[in-house]
Amino acid sequence: MNKTWNNKAWFLVLPVMLLVMFSAVIPLMTVVNYSVQDTFGNNVFFWAGTEWFEQMLNSRRFWDAMGRNLAFSFIVLAIQIPLGVFIALNMPRKGWGVPVCLVLMALPLLIPWNVVGTIWQVFGRIDIGLLGHTLAALGIDYNYVRDPVDAWITVVLMDVWHWTSLVVLLCYAGLVSIPDAYYQAARIDGASRWAIFRYIQLPKMKRVLTIAILLRFMDSFMIYTEPFVVTGGGPGNSTTFLSIDLVKMAVGQFDLGPAAAMSIIYFLIILLMSWVFYTVMTNYDSER
Amino acid sequence: MTLTWMAWTWPTAVFFATIFLLLAAMCVWEYVSPGGNPRFGILRFETTRGDRLFVSLLGSAFIHLAWLGLVGPNLWWALALSVVYAIGVFRYV
Repeated sequence: MNKTWNNKAWFLVLPVMLLVMFSAVIPLMTVVNYSVQDTFGNNVFFWAGTEWFEQMLNSRRFWDAMGRNLAFSFIVLAIQIPLGVFIALNMPRKGWGVPVCLVLMALPLLIPWNVVGTIWQVFGRIDIGLLGHTLAALGIDYNYVRDPVDAWITVVLMDVWHWTSLVVLLCYAGLVSIPDAYYQAARIDGASRWAIFRYIQLPKMKRVLTIAILLRFMDSFMIYTEPFVVTGGGPGNSTTFLSIDLVKMAVGQFDLGPAAAMSIIYFLIILLMSWVFYTVMTNYDSER
Repeated sequence: MTLTWMAWTWPTAVFFATIFLLLAAMCVWEYVSPGGNPRFGILRFETTRGDRLFVSLLGSAFIHLAWLGLVGPNLWWALALSVVYAIGVFRYV
């Protein structure tokens, strides 16, 4: 088939390019400019060269936040992906249960991040929160304000509650697209439940699972609002992830140079992840 | 409208001008030889020359950061390494 090349269509993209220019490119250029200078306000800047980048790359604080962020992403993925697959496998495929389950699953996804944070902040409080108060009544020493492990458990549970539904819905979409003929053939062959999962369902879910893993990784790597509302990054720095640390540095301490350098490093990591995401997605599309 | 809030410096202006010139050169290349020259390289997936430029620039950024963190602030060798890396990407990826 011969393609018709009409480059006039590029003019239709012009508005969005202008929008991206003003909302992303110009601010990014400004951040790059800030990252090589120092300022004490009043638009007066002093050249600092690569000093802030060096400081950031050799900063214990930065690598600690990075380690916490990676650990958080790994933990939530290790819980959400198997749990999401398990729930999707056990959801009804027909009847009245389907819309009920789908609506229930979609509900957490519709709640804004700061509201989720507030819900869990109250839920975990030992004086008035259902979770905190119940655990205290059972004699379990739980206090997310004081204990780093409890703070981590709360933040991880909150993320699992908020985002496992996304994995479930994606996997469910993959599962319902499998034709019945596959299951009939498996039954004729006397395949076990595990064999059906391993050789029929899992391969068919591969694409959506990849999307789920990448989406959840990127989102958890950028997490800010929920842990900020619940723990504020504490106790100490135990739940201070990269984005929280960045805001502390830029807005709290007004260290614009180091914060800009940190933003750029953080941005480059996100850009790398986005490229991996894009490449995997487009390659699946071309394989299909 | 003043741009003082953007805190421009000559080195960052040169940096962005270089990126802009690279993009302009890619547009000219595309005009001269349309289609993006897609091919399967050592990464085993299809890349166009735009993909290769992106991989080169992103990789160069990480090379510079690694040099800064592991070796020191003299980045000329990192730049040279990035150029070699970019040539490798355009040749083999």
